[in-house]
Amino acid sequence: MIETELAIVGAGPAGLSAAIEARRAGAEVLLIDENSRPGGQLFKQIHKFFGSRSHKAGTRGMNIGTELLRESKELGIQTWLNGEVCGIEEGHKLWVVRDRSRSEIVKAKKIILSTGATENAVPFPGWELPGVMGAGAAQTMINVNRVLPGKKVIMLGSGNVGVIVAYQLLQAGAEVVAILEAAPKLGGYGVHTAKVSRAGVPFYVSHTIKQAFGTDHVEAVEIVKLDDSFKKVPGTERTLEVDTVCLATGLTPLTELAWLAGCKFCYVPVLGGHLPIHDDKMHSTQPDIFIAGDISGIEEASTAMEEGKLAGINAACELGYIAPEEAEVRSREIWDSLNSLRSGYFGQKRRDSKVSILQKSEELISYFKAMII
Amino acid sequence: MKGSLKTTGAPSLEELHNSPAYPTNEQLRKGPIAIIECIEEIPCNPCEAACSRGAITVGENITSLPKIDFEKCIACGACIAACPGLAIYIKDYTYSDTMALLSFPYEYYPLPQAGDTVQAVDRHGKYICDGKVIRVQNPKSNDHTAVITIEYPNEYFEEVVSIKRIVIS
Repeated sequence: MIETELAIVGAGPAGLSAAIEARRAGAEVLLIDENSRPGGQLFKQIHKFFGSRSHKAGTRGMNIGTELLRESKELGIQTWLNGEVCGIEEGHKLWVVRDRSRSEIVKAKKIILSTGATENAVPFPGWELPGVMGAGAAQTMINVNRVLPGKKVIMLGSGNVGVIVAYQLLQAGAEVVAILEAAPKLGGYGVHTAKVSRAGVPFYVSHTIKQAFGTDHVEAVEIVKLDDSFKKVPGTERTLEVDTVCLATGLTPLTELAWLAGCKFCYVPVLGGHLPIHDDKMHSTQPDIFIAGDISGIEEASTAMEEGKLAGINAACELGYIAPEEAEVRSREIWDSLNSLRSGYFGQKRRDSKVSILQKSEELISYFKAMII
Repeated sequence: MKGSLKTTGAPSLEELHNSPAYPTNEQLRKGPIAIIECIEEIPCNPCEAACSRGAITVGENITSLPKIDFEKCIACGACIAACPGLAIYIKDYTYSDTMALLSFPYEYYPLPQAGDTVQAVDRHGKYICDGKVIRVQNPKSNDHTAVITIEYPNEYFEEVVSIKRIVIS
C-alpha cells in the first residue's frame, strides 16, 4: 500500500489545476490518469479559447495543456499514467490497476475526483455501423492521432462540441454535409456556427437522423424533420450521402467513483444529469472527498480549471498547508472568475444550476448538524 | 438575407445592423474599418486588449457585446487574429473606384498566395464573385490564424465575408 496526502483522479484541466495548486502549497500529491498521456481533452482542443486574459483566452487549448504539464513537471508532481482507479474503499483507499496488469492500493488523506465525462449516444437503426461515432472520438482521431475518420460527415447536434468539431473536420480536410439540431434553435455560440456556415455547411434545425444505411460501413443517412414536440414528421425524410456520422448530443459526468464513495447526489439536467452535491469549496458530502470539472457539472475547460484550483486550494488548506483565511480569499477570487464565465445568455442557466447545488449542500450540512445535536 | 443566427448559423444583415459593434452605412463606406460580427453575449474579451488604440470596449462584464469607436479605429487589423471566434474583419469600400478590400481570418491549409484568384463567399458560404488575393499575413504572433486580404467588386461590399476553402483534390 502506498500512502499520500492528496490523490487526484483524472489529469485533465481540472485535475492538473488542482494538483498544481496543492503541490505549490506544499502538499504531497499523486495524480492518477487512466490514459497514456495527461491533459484530458485539452490536447485535442486546437481552437483558441474564450474568456478573459486570466482564463487564458485567445490561447489554443492544446497550448494551455502544454503549459499545465510544464508547471506540473516543474513542481515535481508525481503522476501515474495508465492507472485506472477501479474502486474507493473505506478509509480513502483507492484501488488502482496500473498498466492493465497489477493492482495497487493508494491510501490518501484527501481525494479529488476530476474524472470528467463521457459522450451521450443517440440510437437509431444503423447506429451500430462502423462510421457512426461520438464527435469527441472524431476529434481525437483528427487532432491527436491525425486520422481522418471519413470524407463526408454529418454532425448530429449543434452545441459547441458539434460546431467546433465540425469546423475542425473541415480543417482536417473533410466535407461536412450538414449539422442537424433537434431543437428549433441552434445550440452553440453564434461565432462558432457563423464560421462553419461561411465555410458552406448547412444547418438544419428541428431535424434528426431517422436511420443510417450501409453494408459494412455508413453509406447514407435518412434525416427527418421534427415537430414542436420532437415527433418525426412523416413525409419529410430525405437521404444524404455520408460516410461518417458524428454524434454531438451531450455529455454525462463520469460519477462512478463518487457513487462508490457514498457521495450524495442531485439531478441537474442542465449540467448533464446526476452530480455529486458539493459546496463552494468543491467539497462533496463525503469528508475528505472533493470534486472538480465535468463530474461536478458539464461545462468547459476554462471553468474546469477554475474549479480544479478551488479544490486544490481547499484540499491543501484542510491538510494544513494554506491558512483558512488565505484559502477563503483565494477561493473568493476564483468564484469571481467563475461567475464571469457563467454569465450572459449561455452561462446564466449553468450559474443558476450551480447555485441550486450549493443550496442543496447547505441544506444537507444543516440537516446532518441537526441530527448530531 | 433570410433567417437568423440561431436558425441558419449565420447572422442576418438585419441582426448585424441592430448590434452595437456594427458600423452605420455611412461609417461602413468611409474608409478602412474594423467590423465585429459578435451579436451574442458570450464570456470573451481578447479583442479589447488586442486594440492598442483603445477603440474596442467590452468592459468589466466580459459577456457584454464589444463596441467599436470608429473615430479611434485605424483598421490596423490587430484584432482579426486575436478574436477566438474569428468574428472580426477589416473592410475598405474606398480601395478603388470599383473594388473593395477585405482582410479576414483564415485557418485552413493550404493558404492562398498573393495574386491568386479566389472565390469570395457570403455568410452562408455561397459563391458571390471572384476576388484577388493581395496579401497573406501569418506571423507567429497570430498563432496560426492567417489574415488574408482580397480585393473584390464593391457592388458586393456587405455580402462578402470570406473565401471558399481551397481543396486539394
